[in-house]
Parts: sequence; C-alpha cells; structure tokens
Amino acid sequence: MLGYDVSWAAFNIVEVMSSSKFTYKRIGYLAASQCFHEGTDVIMLTTNQIRKDLSSPHQYDTGVALTGLSCFVTPDLARDLANDIMTLMSHTKPYIRKKAVLIMYKVFLKYPESLRPAFPRLKEKLEDPDPGVQSAAVNVICELARRNPKNYLSLAPLFFKLMTSSTNNWVLIKIIKLFGALTPLEPRLGKKLIEPLTNLIHSTSAMSLLYECVNTVIAVLISLSSGMPNHSASIQLCVQKLRILIEDSDQNLKYLGLLAMSKILKTHPKSVQSHKDLILQCLDDKDESIRLRALDLLYGMVSKKNLMEIVKKLMLHVDKAEGTTYRDELLTKIIDICSQSNYQYITNFEWYISILVELTRLEGTRHGHLIASQMLDVAIRVKAIRGFAVAQMATLLDNAHLLTGNTQRNGICEVLYAAAWICGEFSEHLEDPMQTLEAMLRPKVATLPGHIQAVYVQNAAKLFATVLRKHEGETDSQAAQETSQLLIDRLPLFVQSANLEVQERASCILQLVKYIQKLQQKNVEVAEEVTALFAGELNPVAPKAQKKVPIPEGLDLDAWINEPPSESESEDEKPKAVFTKEEHKHSRSRHTEVDEKELARRREVRKQEQANNPFYIKASPSSQKVYDAPGVEHIPVVQIDLSVPLKVPGMPTSDQYLKLEEERQQKEKAERKKKEKKKKREKRGKERKADSGPESEEDIRPAHQVDIVTEEMPENALPSDDDDKDPNDPHKALDIDLDKPLADSEKLPVRTHRPEVLKSPAEDRVNESIPQETNKGSGKEKKEKKKGKEKDRKRSKEEKKKKKHKEVEEELLESQPEEAIQSEETKEATAPPTSTSTEEETAPSSAAAVDTSSAAAPESEPDEPKDAEPEDTKSSKHKKKKQKKEKEEKEKKKKKRHHHHHHHSDAGGEDSVQNGTVEEEEPLPPMSNYSLLAENSYIKMVYDIQGNHQDESKVVVSVIFENKSDSFLKSMEFNVLDSLNSKLQRPEGAGPHDSLTVPFQLPPGVSNEARFVFSVQSIVMPQKLKGTLTFIVKSDESSTHEKLDFKLHFTCTSYLITTPCYSDAYAKLLESGDLKGSSLRLEGISMPFHHLLARICFHHHFSVVERIDSCASMYSRSIQGHHVCLLVKTSDQTVSIDAKCDEPSLLGNVLDEIKQTFSKC
Amino acid sequence: MIKAILIFNNHGKPRLIRFYQYFLNMQLQIKHLCTNKMAEDMQQQIIRETFHLVSKRDDNVCNFLEGGSLIGGSDYKLIYRHYATLYFVFCVDSSESELGILDLIQVFVETLDKCFENVCELDLIFHMDKVHYILQEVVMGGMVLETNMNEIVAQVELQNRMEKSEGGLSGAPARAVSAVKNMNLPEIPRNINIGDINIKVPSLSPF
Repeated sequence: MLGYDVSWAAFNIVEVMSSSKFTYKRIGYLAASQCFHEGTDVIMLTTNQIRKDLSSPHQYDTGVALTGLSCFVTPDLARDLANDIMTLMSHTKPYIRKKAVLIMYKVFLKYPESLRPAFPRLKEKLEDPDPGVQSAAVNVICELARRNPKNYLSLAPLFFKLMTSSTNNWVLIKIIKLFGALTPLEPRLGKKLIEPLTNLIHSTSAMSLLYECVNTVIAVLISLSSGMPNHSASIQLCVQKLRILIEDSDQNLKYLGLLAMSKILKTHPKSVQSHKDLILQCLDDKDESIRLRALDLLYGMVSKKNLMEIVKKLMLHVDKAEGTTYRDELLTKIIDICSQSNYQYITNFEWYISILVELTRLEGTRHGHLIASQMLDVAIRVKAIRGFAVAQMATLLDNAHLLTGNTQRNGICEVLYAAAWICGEFSEHLEDPMQTLEAMLRPKVATLPGHIQAVYVQNAAKLFATVLRKHEGETDSQAAQETSQLLIDRLPLFVQSANLEVQERASCILQLVKYIQKLQQKNVEVAEEVTALFAGELNPVAPKAQKKVPIPEGLDLDAWINEPPSESESEDEKPKAVFTKEEHKHSRSRHTEVDEKELARRREVRKQEQANNPFYIKASPSSQKVYDAPGVEHIPVVQIDLSVPLKVPGMPTSDQYLKLEEERQQKEKAERKKKEKKKKREKRGKERKADSGPESEEDIRPAHQVDIVTEEMPENALPSDDDDKDPNDPHKALDIDLDKPLADSEKLPVRTHRPEVLKSPAEDRVNESIPQETNKGSGKEKKEKKKGKEKDRKRSKEEKKKKKHKEVEEELLESQPEEAIQSEETKEATAPPTSTSTEEETAPSSAAAVDTSSAAAPESEPDEPKDAEPEDTKSSKHKKKKQKKEKEEKEKKKKKRHHHHHHHSDAGGEDSVQNGTVEEEEPLPPMSNYSLLAENSYIKMVYDIQGNHQDESKVVVSVIFENKSDSFLKSMEFNVLDSLNSKLQRPEGAGPHDSLTVPFQLPPGVSNEARFVFSVQSIVMPQKLKGTLTFIVKSDESSTHEKLDFKLHFTCTSYLITTPCYSDAYAKLLESGDLKGSSLRLEGISMPFHHLLARICFHHHFSVVERIDSCASMYSRSIQGHHVCLLVKTSDQTVSIDAKCDEPSLLGNVLDEIKQTFSKC
Repeated sequence: MIKAILIFNNHGKPRLIRFYQYFLNMQLQIKHLCTNKMAEDMQQQIIRETFHLVSKRDDNVCNFLEGGSLIGGSDYKLIYRHYATLYFVFCVDSSESELGILDLIQVFVETLDKCFENVCELDLIFHMDKVHYILQEVVMGGMVLETNMNEIVAQVELQNRMEKSEGGLSGAPARAVSAVKNMNLPEIPRNINIGDINIKVPSLSPF
C-alpha cells in the first residue's frame, strides 16, 4: 500500500472486512483491494464473507464487496462466487447490476468455464434500460472480443443497433473499437459499417469519437482492401481528417493522428505518401512521443529515390538526440527502414555499410547486435559488396579501442563480432591481412565478452590461412614464419580465458599453428592444406529453416524404438503437428523446383503485363519504379567500378554516397542502353540462374546483387509462424464458442460448501453420461477422484466445518428470494406440483445459466431436451434440498467416527441433489416458507415475507401468482388495507388507498412473482392485513373482471433475518445480561434432531451457532436489531427450547410460532 | 483495461496508487519465489520510472507516453494529466480510447473537486480513503464503471451518509488528523490550492 509492504496485516484486514458496520467493512475491502493478490494465502478465508456480503440486502455492502473482489479475484474465488455474481447481474439496483456485470470479466479471466453459462445473461445486459449497466456490458464484451473476436461475430447485429441508437459517447467508442476488431473477420460487416461511420465522422463534434471512427474505418478498409472496388472516397476522407488532426495545435491530437496514419500506411501507402512533408515536419517536433510516431510512418514512406535522403535526416537526428531511448529507437528505425522487404529500397550497399559503420559510433546503444547482424547479413548476401565490407570491417577492427571504450556493458562491441567474422570469412578481399591479424590478437581483446573473443580466435586462424597462402609462392618464407610466431606468442592469452569456448578454440588452434610452424621450418608447403580447413562457402539460412526440413522417407519419428509401455496413450500424436503434411510428401529438392517454376511463371506474366502497359517506357532509365523482391535475384551484377569508386578511404561518411548516388543515376541512364545487350551474356554465366527468362529491362538495377534468403528454406515460411503467442495469456482460455447451446455440464458450480464447489465440469460430464436415476455409482467414482484432489483441504478444522455447515443452511434460506427473481426459479421455491411443461418460456438459455443454485436442477429448460425430465417434479427438488441438508446433518454426526469419509459422502450427496436422484436415505419432507395467501378457480397466490437488512422498518413480501385457468390474466392490481403499524409502500404520488399494478400478465398455466415492500413500525407483534387482488380474465370470447380477497399474515418470524454469529460473540451476548429469557417444551417430537434444527433454521430464519450432540445453540436477529438466542435440547421425544431476547413480547411470539410449526407435523 | 492509476506530486511523492494488475519483475517469473516485498519493490520501481518519464515532459507536449519498460509491452500506454502540483497517470492498454481516458481523468479530478470543494494535494493526503472510494465509483477492477459525474458524486455521498449514520470511525480520523498536523512536515506545502483546476484544460472538446 502506497509502496509499503503490509502483508503482515493481511489477516487483520480480513477481520475488518467481516465487520458488520459499513464504515469498517468499506475500509477492510479497500485495504484488501490494495494489498491482496493471487498469492495471498488469507484470501481463501474470505470466500464466505464475500459471499455473504454479495447477498447482503444492503446495496452498498454488495457494492464494496464487488469492488474489492474485482481487485483480488483468484481462480478459486471466481469459481466459488461466479454463481452469486451472476445472480447479482439481475439485481434490482442498477448500481449493483453494473458492478456485477463488470466484475464478470475478471471472473471469466480467472475461471473461463463460467463464460458460456454467463454469456446469455451478459448479452441481455446489452439492452438493459440503465445506460450505466449497458455501458458496463459493452465494456466487458469489448474486452472479451478484443482477444477472441471470432466468437463474438454473432453479436454484430446487436451492436450495430446499439451503435445507431446510442448517444453515449463512451458506449459508442467501445462499440466502434469492437467493430474494428470484428471487421477483419467479416468483410460484409465492414461494408455495412462504412456508411454509418462516415456519417458519424461528419457529424460528431467529439474528437475522441471522431478519432475512433476514423480508426475503425481504416480497419474496415484494410479488411476490404483485398478484392474490393476502391473506397478511395473513404480513404481520402480519413486521410484528410487525420491531416487536420496532425496539423492541430493540440499535441494529443497530433499524436493520435500520426498513430492512425500509420495504420492506413500498411494498405494504402500511396495516400499517406502525399503527406510526407507533414510527417517529416513532425520529426522535428519537440515531443518525443510524436517523433516516435512519425518515425513509424517513415518506414512506409521510403522509396528507392528518397531512402538516402530520409536516412540522412535520421542520422542528423541521431546526432542530436539526447535520451538513449530515443536514439536507440532511431537506430532500429534506420535499420528497419533500410532492410525492409529484403533491402528492396537500397540501391547502393556501400552506402548502407557506411551508414552501419557510422552507427557504431553511437555511444551506449543497446542495439549493437542489431547492427552486427545487419553487417553480417549484407556481407553474406550481397556478394559484390564483400570487398568493400571487408575493408570497412578491417578499419573497425583496427580502431576497436574506440568501440570498446570504457564500459563493460557497452552493447556496441557486438559489432566487433560481425567485423571479425567478416574479415576472417572473406579474408581473400583483405588488402593487408597481416595487419588485421595483428589487430585481432591484441591483448586488449581479452577484455571483450567471451563469445566475441571466440570469434576473434577462430577468425584469426582463417586469416592465418590467408596469410600463408599469400606468401606461398615466395621463396623467402620469413613472412609466413613470422605470422606463425605471432600466433604462438599471442594465443596463450586466450588459452587462459575463463570462457570455455575461447579456451577450447584457442588451444586447438595453438596446437595447429605449432604443428604448422614445425612443417614450415622443414620448408613444407602447408598453405593449401591449411586453407582447406576453412574451405567452402557459408550460405545464409532462413530463420526456422531447420524446422522446415522434411523428414526423410522411411523415418518415422513416432515409431517406438523399444516396445511401448503397456498403457500407451494418444499423447504421442502431438509431434506430428510440427511438420505439415506436404512436407511428408515432397522432398526438399522438389520444393525449390516448384518455387522456381512458379517464379518463372510469374515473371512471364509480369513481362506480359509490362509489355501491354503503355506507361512502361521500355528504354526509360528512371529508377523510381517499384519492382518486387523475387525479381532482384535475376538482376545481373552490375560492374560496380563503372558507377561507383570501390574504395572510400578511411572511415566512410555516408553523405558521400548521396552525391555519388546522383552521379550514378546519371551515369546509369547513359550506360543502360549499352548494357542491355551485355546482360544476356552475363546472365548465362551466373549460377542458379539456369531457368531465368529474358530480363525485363524496366527493372531498375541496384548496385549489387542481393541473394534471396528463401533459397535456403525448404518451404516458404513467414519468419514468425506460430510461436508469437504468449502461452501465459489468460485470454487464450477464453477462446470459447459462445453460440453453441449450453450443455448440462457447463453449469456454474452451485453455491454450497467447498467440496462440492470444487467439482470440475469434466467430472460433471462423467455423471451426465450415466442415466441420472442410477448414478450412485458415478457419484462414488467422483468421490474417489475428489478424495485425491482435495485431501489437503479436507483437513480443515472442526470449527471451520461447522461454519460451512451453517453457511449452507443460510444459503438455502437466502437463495430463495434471489431465485424468485427468475420466473422459473420461483416455482422450485413454491413447490407447487407443477410439471415442467408449465414453465414459462421467456428466457430459456439465460435461465439455464443462472439456474444453478442447489435446488435448481436443470430440467426446467424447454430448449434442452436432454434436461427435461418429466418425472422430476418440483416437489422432488425440494426433497433434494432437504436431503442435502439432512445429509450434512448426518455427516456431522458421523464426523467423529468416519472422519475422513465425511467429505466424500458430502460430495456424493450433493451429486444426487444436482442430478435429481433419490437417495435411499430417509428424506426430509419438502420445506417451503411460501404459504398460501388466497386461491380461487383462476389464480393461486402464495407468499413469503422476508426482512430487509437495509432498512429496519421494511419487509419484502414476495407473492407468486399462478394462473390456474385456461384464460389469460391481465391488469392485476394488488391492494392492501394499511393498518397504523404496517403500510404498503406505494410509488410516490399515489394515494394511501391506491392499488399497485402487478408488473406482468399471466398466460394460462404460468406463474410469476411480484414483490411488495411494506413498512412496519413495531415488530414485536404478529399482524394481519386485509387485501384484495383484482384482475381481468381474458378468454377468447370474453373478458371478465374478477377479484380475490386475501389476508396477509405478518408473523414475528418474518421480521427475523438469518444472521451468522460466531460462538465467542454469542457467548458475550449471553453474558451481557441484557436479554430476557423464556422457554418452551415440545412433547412428542419424533423427528431426528437435525431435522428439527433444519426446520427452525429454515422456517424461522435462525442459524446454528454451535452444536454438540443433541444440544444446539441458535441465533437470529430481527430487522430492528433485536437479538434472539435459542438453546435447543432434545432427549427422547421431548424438545426443550430455552430462549433469550432483549424484547420479551417478540420472543414470546416467535416461540409461539415455533411451537405452531412443530405442532403441524 | 486500465492497468494502474498513479497520482504523485511534482516531487514524485505518491499520493494514490492503484494497481489493477499484479506486476512482478519479469526476471522473477516463478511466482512463489516472489515475496510481497518484491511486489512492493516492483510497484515502487514502476512509480519511480513513471515519474521520471512524466516529470521531464513539458506541459505543452502530448499527454501520451509509450509505456515504460517495467509496465512493459507495446500494448501499454501512459496517459497523464498534470494539475498544479499533481500528476494523474493512467496506465492503459490498447482497448481504451486515449482521448476517452484523458476525459476520464478530467471527470475524476472534477469529481474530487466537487467532493472536497476545491481539492488540493492536502486533501489527497488526509483523505486517502475517500479518494479511493471516489475512484472506486469511477473505475472498478481496471474497467470504467461510471463516467457521469453527478452519478458518481451521488453514490459517494450516499455512502458517506451511511457512514455518518453509523457514527463514522468514532473520532478516530480526527485524532489522526490532529496528530499529523502536529507533525513537522516540511515537504508538504500547506497552502496549495488548485481552485482553477477546471480552467487549466480549456481546450478539451465536449465529450
């Protein structure tokens, strides 16, 4: 936090987070969000706390929890809480909805399995009435689509609609950005987009929006550029707008303009090139960011004609530049510009070598290796330049002390690597090899990095060979012997090197030289043999060429060398993928053949074209014409000495070449005609050119020939094939097809306690394949699996388990109101024996996604036949719910005996709940808090009353209306006669006797839930309110007005809210002495103790604080903050309940209600 | 996504740090080897680097910077604004609109201004938590949550009211403030007032 490590406070933060006061909770979450991260171990303690806060009725509790969670969500948290968060996406408050929607992105990242189940609901939120939620949803989908656009193509129409309708610039920008990502995949979309985008460009006044529009239009144009009639109007518009941006005095706009310009450049370089003046101007800008952007643009603006000029300008900047970053950037840009597309724009390689040599004078650059590799590349591939290059490199070696300078980490000494190698390899071009050899063996060399020394040593040997050969014919062998002596004197220095490579090479060569010296003394001719050591030419090899080497016939890399181990699996298939199929078929030589034929064909075509093109003036010597790279290799080597003096004495200055180049071009014009005849002859002499057709005389000639690197490649391969993806990219996992219907296995984990939550979808699938009624076996299998996985976690302490257990019970209770939001889910809660066929079909797939709370079995999906289980009725669901609870109770009992079995059976029990099997164990009767409100032949109403944390004087009455008739019910109006104490909350402006309209209509057989808020003043007494529901029954023939009276019964229980309480707090509470006691005895209760507890918990909103054998303490809290504590004991068939509460009449009423509950059964 | 939000003053003293991504030194890829200390060091390094990048820029150059080496990658950008004594720096990736973020900074600062009535650096020092709460209503987990200033202010106010109804931190802040006030803080100029904060950026186009 603020740069200080506060990890020591992690546990205290958790404590503060769990405070019930919003003030503290907020601080706790803030601290957590600042200093928790994935590695923080206490995070696993927070799961339940966060869950509790998420489901808090208090919107700001939920809000801070979401905000905090967004900063430290871990895969575990994401998995455990995904379902809760998804429920929150349909929260009534937009404030919560929008936070829930946003946090889903984080959840997806950490737990990709949740994407598919959650996606339908996310999609719904795109059309949320609240603009904030809408923008959040757009935000999330844009983030997702940016990484894996193809999966979101199907949303394009929806976004298109949003784009044309939305006025919120934030949303528009995001959508437009998203379209930018989508268009490359779907050109048709691009065509549709152009028009509205152009309109936006013309109409909007917001620069940010304008800029994004231009950006997307560019993306569209890029995607269209292949095979489309030109959209030159749009391009012109874009470039024009960008020019306005660049010319703007606001530096920000200038920067962005350049940024966008560089995107156009890739496909429409011509339209950008016309603004060269502007861009060169930007190079002089005082702002570094802008200069860098302008540099990017330059890359695309060069041509043969202006390359030298531009590079000269850049070299000036290099000299002026202050920061090393900018200078390094300049350096790389210069090299990039020059080397792009196989040195396409370089007409004079001597100039280029001089530029490289000049660049070596840069101090403190990190890019020495870049320069070095360019030097090597040019020297190897441009044969004609070798003489010049060698001369330059020899000078470099001579002046090595200038480069090595003082600093060890000076990157520029890398160029010595290249220099030494070039001098050695092409030593035949050296004028004075002896001098170079001497330079390479200076003691100072020993201070260079090891790999450079190694090259020095090796190439000293090559030079030695050259020197020997040079002096071969001479009668006086003095010179040759001196050379040997020099080596023998100097090499021991390297033999002592700490670098193994240097050491090995040096001692090898030292021995060799000693041997040679002996031979020399005997006057034996050795030069030829020594030279033979280094004979042969090294050809450039393309990157990844090795990978492309085809497998020789008969070599099966997948075959087992030995007998395969007994259980061989299909894993060994993988290596095959490295080689493509074609490579198996063809041998390498055939590839080149194909290539060459293809080249020949292309050349023919091009020639034809040019012949027919009137703009190609055959004899024109103009050097501006662009030609394509493959052509270069067929251009004959120009006799360099005709145009350029080969040697530029001393350290070259590239400026000379500018002038020379001009002269050369002049000369060429004259020479050109003459040479045309010669060419054919020359060509025949060239190696590898057997099939080259007649030369097209229009190609401009560079000064030297460039070898084409692809010759060394078995197959055309892009330098970056497939390995450019970061394997750690979290977005990789999110590459999920979202259009497939949801499978059963993809449900989000249910919120229960931990072991079940851990179930992976893979395991689920195992279950799915087995008929559900009989999957006990599979459940066991699963148990086995889990056992291994979760052993560690299992060893959680007794106390923890208790907490979890409590949690489950609470959740069961709390889950009800949430479920009720979804129309389907309401049914489970009410438990009317309706079959699935009566399900409302409004939001099928989204419901499937959310319908995952423990009770919500998947069968409610009309569009998923797999899930439809006619035999599974709602009541069975409730059974399940109870079973689960019961199971847990039982397990608890067994805990001591079957300690390690506990969690297995737990998991198994959960499976059965999920999959709708009937356990053989004694089931709990269905429990529901919903009780009948009123019923007639048309409609049935059941209701439940829940307290509200948020406001101590409010309760929420959830009423489920079920249409029992065959007619359509509409215009339902709900009215209650207020009492002094309890009042129905009506919208502002409504009179105290006005009725509330139920916000839906009911088709036949459908049920839906509405919620009504009541304000109450005193909660100590139960109350009854009279009310009326009026509605219109509409059948085909008639519509009648009906009415139904009811009585709402507010029990004292309904004012209680399940509140967890820790045992120590509970003890304190009892000690405080503020509570007044009362007690109750129930006779003849035959149900097991855990059933009893479950009932109290469920019907009366209590939570178990602690339980020991047949004795349990329970706690609850009223909406007005009264504490209610129970001590429940059982012996034989008698249950005694001792209760304490700070409000005696409330307590009395609650006890009466408890008594009533148990008298009913 | 927004990767980090940093506020520091002209001297590089951090006033608010909010990282939405857990940055670790790239050389220490193995996570379990990285202690919290290292993470904090990394954060400090990032702040230092960002400060060096940002502080040497003139006020009249553009507000975008290619990300520093630590935050890494070509996909990242620093977008900042300079108000009186404070730099507000957002580190974002390419999915955010540059001008949009500039605007967001403006919204954030104006919201601060509204909530603190003429916000100054001292407000950020003494009410660090409040600044965070305001920020939480603007950006959540690195994603833009709300851009409507009135909405943000309303939500912050509501929560503050709730806090008040709970009795606040029972005088704890008052004690802390008085303790801090009695301390000798030479570096903190006490009378910075950036009341003209909104006038500083008149060139902003309507968004």
